[in-house]
Amino acid sequence: MGSINPKAYLVQNLYAKDLPRVKTRDGYGKGLVKAGEKYPNVVVLCADLAESTRSHWFQKKFPERFVELGVAEQNMASLAAGMALVGKIPFISSYAVFSPGRNNEQIRTTISYNSWASRRGKEINVKIGGAHAGISVGPDGATHQALEDVALMRLQPGMTVLVPCDDKECEKATLAAAGHPGPVYIRFGRAEYPSLTTEKTPFQIGRMEEFCSGKDCTIIANGPLLYEALLAARKLEKEIDCQVLNCHTVKPLDEKTLLAAARKTGCVVTAEEHQWFGGLGGAVAEFLSAKYPVPVQRVGVQDRFGESGEPVELMKAFGLTANDIVKAVRVAVGMKRE
Amino acid sequence: MKKITPLKRIANLQQLKLLANTIRQDIITSLVAAGSGHSGGPLGMADVFTALYFTVLNHAPKYPDWADRDYLILSNGHICPVRYAAMANSGYFSRAELKTLRKFGTRLQGHPHRSALPGIETTSGPLGSGLSQAAGMAYALQMDKKKNRVYCLMSDGEQECGQTWEAAMFAGKNQLHNLTAIMDRNNIQIDGHTEDIMPLEPLADKYRAFNWQVLEVDGHNIQEIIDACHEAQAIYEKPTLIIAHTIPGKGVSFMENDPEWHGKPPKKEEAKVALQELQAWRKRIMQGTDSDG
Repeated sequence: MGSINPKAYLVQNLYAKDLPRVKTRDGYGKGLVKAGEKYPNVVVLCADLAESTRSHWFQKKFPERFVELGVAEQNMASLAAGMALVGKIPFISSYAVFSPGRNNEQIRTTISYNSWASRRGKEINVKIGGAHAGISVGPDGATHQALEDVALMRLQPGMTVLVPCDDKECEKATLAAAGHPGPVYIRFGRAEYPSLTTEKTPFQIGRMEEFCSGKDCTIIANGPLLYEALLAARKLEKEIDCQVLNCHTVKPLDEKTLLAAARKTGCVVTAEEHQWFGGLGGAVAEFLSAKYPVPVQRVGVQDRFGESGEPVELMKAFGLTANDIVKAVRVAVGMKRE
Repeated sequence: MKKITPLKRIANLQQLKLLANTIRQDIITSLVAAGSGHSGGPLGMADVFTALYFTVLNHAPKYPDWADRDYLILSNGHICPVRYAAMANSGYFSRAELKTLRKFGTRLQGHPHRSALPGIETTSGPLGSGLSQAAGMAYALQMDKKKNRVYCLMSDGEQECGQTWEAAMFAGKNQLHNLTAIMDRNNIQIDGHTEDIMPLEPLADKYRAFNWQVLEVDGHNIQEIIDACHEAQAIYEKPTLIIAHTIPGKGVSFMENDPEWHGKPPKKEEAKVALQELQAWRKRIMQGTDSDG
């Protein structure tokens, strides 16, 4: 019977109805300020979305290190590369559909490839904050709901891709990104999501954390779907013993933990607020098919664009809830060979 | 810490012209060896590169990471054969290595790559992003009150990229006086003449409207190029654009002004003729009878 890992130090009232919900981007804003305090060469670039991305907190504290570029995401990416070339650690902040969406080639050439095979200490230290990712952006509709950004960033050699599950983890991810050599993408949504981790919850780039132990099926999730995965594990507790892994780092994938999990439970379900190919689900399926083939079911957006609506109703309509994960777990377990 | 001495600046005009001639010959030689690459742009920019590498830039070829150096960003990375030739002739690496251009395992990638070759400040090729990077460097250097200057070379064709103007707006707003952009105004691009493909004029007025200082020079008159770069250094309110009017393929009669020669290398026989023409020009420079600037 699966149980919450005490070493994950999750909140006490994890399943309480009144569990505080916080905007993940608040964590980005706080993380930027912390990074600014720790590293004097951190600068924050903004393309006309200072408050929305929460980079205005950094602007208030370090006005001389905040650069406003107007609505110009392509310029922002390359300009950040230029600043990195002379020793800065620039964070570029916008909505994920624009950055890394619109400026994808600029990120590819002037950041990722420019950093590729660099000598130690010569990496291009640009950090990309992709806000308003996922359909839970809500009423703004599909144009502003990034569902392909994780795939875009995964495809670039040398890029680190982070998808934190809540505000506190986003804050840790942002601070860790500042000290991590080379380009990093940090993805987060707009809505308020359950705040499930605490200060003490471990976070290390490139390492999956077991939030819940179990022996029958492994659920690997990130972003807002992580909480849904924990809910699913609880719903299934009398039926299927589920392990839940927090995969905040989609790239580089923690292959060691993934392999051990697949060996132990024999089937895997992935869950993410992203297209069900190219992102976390794609990464997990690619690895397991080559190294240890077990049934894999992927919960994600099934090759379609989003639409307007309230976050909760959209998550339900697009199949991104605990109930959808429960169904996927049953299918995965049913596919296991004796 | 070891004291680094920058490369001695060359003031003698005849010596500079001879260097430009050598660079042109090296471009032809490396392109023939490569069997692919661009001819027109590199030949057209040989005089600008000579002015920069031997007189304008504060740099130390044996110490490409020297902290006090000026930065040269080549936005139109496809003309890199001229940059490689200028680098070899100023001491970054041996001229023999120029023959490895575009070959498997080379440091001289078809479009320049930063970590492949020390002295290449940034990876480039896809047009329209160099001015942004140069502006980012210039802005960060100003933040840190550093004296290094940033030079950005770009083509006229890439003025068609929207990103170029995003960067131009930013540099104008922030009065990046430590940034000098030099545009290769050769009027050609892959599909034909720029004014047919997408009219760019009035280029000078466009940049002035974006709060830049604009200077125009004959891109084959080395003295004019040097003077314009020095004039740019004296301006403290604005970034400067130097529009260098050049002849693509300059120095090789059958390549000059022909868009056909934008993106292909000479064959062996063509290279032989090209080198003969360049040798003849060299003789005229030595005799002081050259009329080109």
